[in-house]
Amino acid sequence: MAQVLHDIEKRMLLVLREKAVQASGTAGSGKSTRRELKMDSGKFYDLLMNETGLSMDQIRRGMEWLKLKHLIHVDSSSTQKLRLAKNGQESLENGLPERRLLDILQNGPQNLSDLQQNLGSVFGPAMGIARKNGWIGVSGALVTLLRCPENLPGELALNKIGNAKSGAGLAEDDLKSGAKTLLDRPGFLDVTRVVELTVTLSDLAESIDLSNSDAIDVEADVPSIPVARRHPLKEAINEIREIFVTLGFSEISGNLSQSSFWNFDALFTPQDHPAREMQDTFYLDSPPAVDTASEAQIRMVSESHQKNWRYRWDMEQARRMVLRTHTTCVTIRHLAETKPEEARFFSLGRVFRNEKVSYKHLVEFNQVEGVVVGKNATLRDLMGIQKEFYRRIGITKVKFWPTFFPYTEPSLQTMVYNDKLGKWVELFGMGIFRPEVTKPLGFNRPVLAWGGGIERIAMLRYDLDDVREFYNNNLGWLRGAIKCQ
Amino acid sequence: MPVVELSYSRLLRLVGGSTRKQISEILPFLGLDIESEHGDAVRVEYSPNRPDYSTDFGIALGLQGLLGVKTGAVKLEIKKSRRYQISVIPEMLKIRPFVTGIAARGGRINDQSIKQLMAMQEDLHMGPGRRRKKSSIGIHDLDMIKFPLQYTAMPRTRRFIPLNSKDELSISEILKDTDVGRHYGDILAGHDSVPIILDACQNVISFPPIINSALTTVTTKTRNMLVEITGTSKADAEDMLAMVATVLQSAGFSLETLAVHGPKNSTPELKPRHMTLDPELANKILGINLGRSTMASALKRSRLDASVRNGMIECTVPAYRFDILGPMDLVEEVALGYGIQNLDPVLSPSQTLGQASHVSSALGILDATMTGLGFLEALNSSLTSMDILYTMANRKPQNTFSVIDSKSLEHTILRDSILPELLENLSRNIHEPYPQKMFETGTVFLPGSPVHEALNLAAVSAHNNASFTEIKSVLQSCLGAGFGIKVQTPPASHPMFRPGRCADIIADGRTVGMVGEIGPEVMQNHRLRTPVAGFELSLAGTVLKSPHP
Repeated sequence: MAQVLHDIEKRMLLVLREKAVQASGTAGSGKSTRRELKMDSGKFYDLLMNETGLSMDQIRRGMEWLKLKHLIHVDSSSTQKLRLAKNGQESLENGLPERRLLDILQNGPQNLSDLQQNLGSVFGPAMGIARKNGWIGVSGALVTLLRCPENLPGELALNKIGNAKSGAGLAEDDLKSGAKTLLDRPGFLDVTRVVELTVTLSDLAESIDLSNSDAIDVEADVPSIPVARRHPLKEAINEIREIFVTLGFSEISGNLSQSSFWNFDALFTPQDHPAREMQDTFYLDSPPAVDTASEAQIRMVSESHQKNWRYRWDMEQARRMVLRTHTTCVTIRHLAETKPEEARFFSLGRVFRNEKVSYKHLVEFNQVEGVVVGKNATLRDLMGIQKEFYRRIGITKVKFWPTFFPYTEPSLQTMVYNDKLGKWVELFGMGIFRPEVTKPLGFNRPVLAWGGGIERIAMLRYDLDDVREFYNNNLGWLRGAIKCQ
Repeated sequence: MPVVELSYSRLLRLVGGSTRKQISEILPFLGLDIESEHGDAVRVEYSPNRPDYSTDFGIALGLQGLLGVKTGAVKLEIKKSRRYQISVIPEMLKIRPFVTGIAARGGRINDQSIKQLMAMQEDLHMGPGRRRKKSSIGIHDLDMIKFPLQYTAMPRTRRFIPLNSKDELSISEILKDTDVGRHYGDILAGHDSVPIILDACQNVISFPPIINSALTTVTTKTRNMLVEITGTSKADAEDMLAMVATVLQSAGFSLETLAVHGPKNSTPELKPRHMTLDPELANKILGINLGRSTMASALKRSRLDASVRNGMIECTVPAYRFDILGPMDLVEEVALGYGIQNLDPVLSPSQTLGQASHVSSALGILDATMTGLGFLEALNSSLTSMDILYTMANRKPQNTFSVIDSKSLEHTILRDSILPELLENLSRNIHEPYPQKMFETGTVFLPGSPVHEALNLAAVSAHNNASFTEIKSVLQSCLGAGFGIKVQTPPASHPMFRPGRCADIIADGRTVGMVGEIGPEVMQNHRLRTPVAGFELSLAGTVLKSPHP
């Protein structure tokens, strides 16, 4: 597939191709046909800016891209250039200050004040250098020449730099210690760093098609956009809702806070039963429920309890508000209020358990519960609807085992085969409401009911091992969670 | 659900005439889930309504039935005897009125059996015993006891050596210093004197419902046992006695009566009950068509007695099956005896058309609109903490609802607003790429009669240019495009929001929520450095046309 270049790259490559010349210094190999552009970097960038009309920034980026794509190879060498500064220029014309001092002393010892007058501003440096090197002696106000070297340190370098072609300067290497001496002296030399680039074009750079101006690099990485989506658990809930609706069930809903009457008493759970204790159930510190049920309902439920469980039933206990421990309280209340002859309905929502939170337990989770009312509804129908429900969420290996629930008789549990774990795991529970539950509420028809936690199904769906992830609101997970099929 | 550890070799011996494979296949159809198998050992989960299944003797009875080795009800053979007597003083009527019991002689028990008996005792204490309040059991070495016994009241200064102790303790000390004493002492609150069973030598045998005496400790050397049960309901005490007696008889003990004398008390008879089952009911409920005699056989396989008379099935239910309350329980016994695996699921056509609730439909549109506006859906729990809901959000708590004795410190109070939780979510995601935009719809809890539950929508937007203008645009588009609702936003002030960048949300002349930029204090509390704007509004009367009930 043809490589596609960015407009910046194209414009730069056109200029480079135009300006490049046959590489030098590769003659030895004999094979190289590479062309190159060898130039001071400042000039190089000026050239590219002028020829392409791009900004410096764009050109810098373009250079990096071209390098990454192996279209160009860039070598750079850096050198220092020396030029005479003000003091250096003055010394080139008049001699180094110390040379001028020694020249005067060639004519015999001189008085300090005369020398000062004679040399002016360079008197100080001249005296300092000459004394340090032992060229002169000072006794009292009289200065005497001791020795006069033929070439003073830096003198040759000064001339060489000064007489070099204007503007070209000299490399530091040429002058070694002489230039070093001058460098240490203020105002003698200007140093500039010069970078020279050698930009070599690759074979691809020579041949690549630069004409198609519309194509872009379709393989290039693009910025990622954080996805906005429904919560994965909500997706699972919506899927389950839709299955129920298409199986002919209508949705009912009810409060999360309920009186103990509907959460427990109406479901035949005795008031002294351990299941009602605070260690399993969240009781609210709210005032007790008022008008929670009709007089007749309360009387009948209370009679059923006293007859079957042999204890004194207490309305105050039934008024205590709890966070519902199951959706069945919504089901039973709906049944008691509507007394349908023939019905399919379901409820779906949060339930609460006073438990320690762990990777498999939450204090608050979602439950779904389906109910079928009909004079001909049977346990086999209940099993059939279950099987169809599981088939629709993709579970086909299903079997039923007997179990116990306080408010259904008979009661079954579904076992489904989990391929990942390689074993049968328990899923929804089901049963037919006990007459001790339905009769006190004025209801005689068989009521099939089943239900269970939704998070467990959703965990299979999203391949989660820790149920808490659903409520962590970890953006990394929410944005990336993948549904298994 | 409780778990019992069994051994296949013992089960095979107790059941007789079956193989290990048959047993392991049929256990689940007795309602016993196999939790794990390891060599000869198998651990099964049983339901709390069947304490007899906490022992292999009880399970063996059930297996014999389903495997067809032995069917029909287990009959208790109780030898009438005058050897064992207990009398009750009238004062007990005010404290813990009833005592009953039985002697079990000539058996052998090993460590495993003792463990299982204790597990059964605990199940009975928890279930029908209602944490020992209603009834409690003591099991003793019969040979250590001099009859007759007396069920009497004693002051709290009375001393004896309790089970598992070397020292003599007073009743008060037992209630104060032992685990069982602290656990169950409340049952005796308000009584100066406590229930005690004394033997003829004035030795304390038992201190119901707390603890036995060390004197009568049951060990593997025990051959003869006394079971005593005290409580507040004679019927419940006798139900529990029937359960223990049946298991001990199955374990090879011979039963003899403990004669009980005293006001309202009497010697237990543990007689089976007779119940009638209409075969039509069973067939109708189960969706099958069994003949009467087949149905009777199924009941016998469930270890009940059954015979056909006048087209009905007359059942005899042994006393230990007190979980059977009425005909519907017999229907389940038919199903178990017939075999759940033999019931074919059937998918009958629906007579009704399904429909999602109007709330779900409206929320569905709302979710789609908010995701369309670039917001990710969050889910928080309704139970949260004071810290997140109020302190961190700079809000004043008022009219809150708390739960009592929560086991989790993060879940103690019901939310009255969603926004504080979304802010907490942002604070835990500061390492994730921005912009971060989240919304949540859910229930909030407000004062009512006694609690009013409302549905709210809350949203937050966090990025470098997040502002009042942006979040008001989102609010406006969501309600406008999704639901045709126009809102006004007159200036308001709230400690959660930045002064001058906060407004009430008014729809149809009613204040339904707040919108604004999150204020510096709240940002500081959550260590948020990227600007955040957000809103929350009530859906009742806006998105939900009729207010949510």
